[in-house]
Amino acid sequence: MQFDFSGQEPIYLQVANQIEEGIFTGAFKEETQVPSTTEMSREFHINPATVLKGMNILVTEKLVEKRRGLGMFVKKGAYQLILEKRQNDFFEDYVKKIVAEAKNLKLSETELIQLIKRGFQTNGD
Amino acid sequence: MGIKVTEVAKKFGRKQILQNISLEIEPNRIYGLLGRNGAGKSTLLNIITDRIFANGGSVTIDGIPTHEHDELLGNIYLMSEVNLYPKRARLQDLFKSSKNMYGGFNEAYAKHLCEAFELNPKQRFGQLSTGYRTIFKLIIALCLPVDYVFLDEPILGLDANHRELFYKELLDTYSSHPRTFVISTHMIEEIANMIEHVFVIENGKILVDDDVDHMLSQAYVITGPGETVDQYTVGLNVIGTESLGNLKGNYVFGNLNDDREIPDTIQISRMDLQKLFIHLTSGEGGSK
Repeated sequence: MQFDFSGQEPIYLQVANQIEEGIFTGAFKEETQVPSTTEMSREFHINPATVLKGMNILVTEKLVEKRRGLGMFVKKGAYQLILEKRQNDFFEDYVKKIVAEAKNLKLSETELIQLIKRGFQTNGD
Repeated sequence: MGIKVTEVAKKFGRKQILQNISLEIEPNRIYGLLGRNGAGKSTLLNIITDRIFANGGSVTIDGIPTHEHDELLGNIYLMSEVNLYPKRARLQDLFKSSKNMYGGFNEAYAKHLCEAFELNPKQRFGQLSTGYRTIFKLIIALCLPVDYVFLDEPILGLDANHRELFYKELLDTYSSHPRTFVISTHMIEEIANMIEHVFVIENGKILVDDDVDHMLSQAYVITGPGETVDQYTVGLNVIGTESLGNLKGNYVFGNLNDDREIPDTIQISRMDLQKLFIHLTSGEGGSK
């Protein structure tokens, strides 16, 4: 895990994003425990209240759940939820930016589609 | 609940060091007390812990004045640069006398810390290097059974490894046994994410008293062509500026004007606590 302390994004959001990423990549598997607040706090020198604030976002998003006396666990179905969320955000987060930058670079729609096709080809090997 | 400082003032000779400082320190939180050299941080800490007396105002814990109240003062510990220990005293004996003075001392934790920092408790205080004197005083601060721990420049002379170890231990003991820590340091970057709330003191006055998250959420850097940037930031609280040719960055503390259209040639980004501190206390422009 890596945090960007330059202040570009609040630390509690980074905590939530990092754990979400961990679930998405399979580092934290469903039904297994995620690192405790104390562990994350001491490892990255982050106030425990900040870590907790990040965890609570994931609880609200139904990605993790608190098991009494045991700690935080990844919920069953968490991966699918993240996948759907990211698919929904894909247009806003990526496509719009790519199109805007393509326009800045004076690339036509056809040229952009060509480039995307090339991306699929080179990625496929 | 907690420590309440009300309109505390202090003069040394003719010089006004603190001017009517008021703040509250709640139980079980980690605070940062930031200020430039000579801003009055240590004076404030010495007054809160009753080591020196204020010329006016009061300090209370849970509503009761602390001045010369031994029982209340026994619940506060100030670790400072000053070395109050006799040079010939052995560390293990100093642990014992601290125990007698404060009615308790976590010996098991002290042993763990001595091992972690590779400090031999049989040594005499006078034999220790600057860094190890700091480590020794930190161990005492972390092992006493007090609810309020004040750390004035707690990492003086510590190398990077020892600082890292100290931060870990501090957060570890804070998690397992919550109490209040107030950390005063110039190493802002290193403690920025450990503290929940920050006091910035400048020229003897409180300049900022805010949660770190909230404070940073109102801090922006506006970058772009000079004229556009200046136009966009008219009327905003610009606390600093940087330029490189016609490229300009204005540091803004406070809300941006949401009605204002953002020109597409400018970029809005965030700043970290250290940058914000530097611009707030550099004394160049900005409304206060």
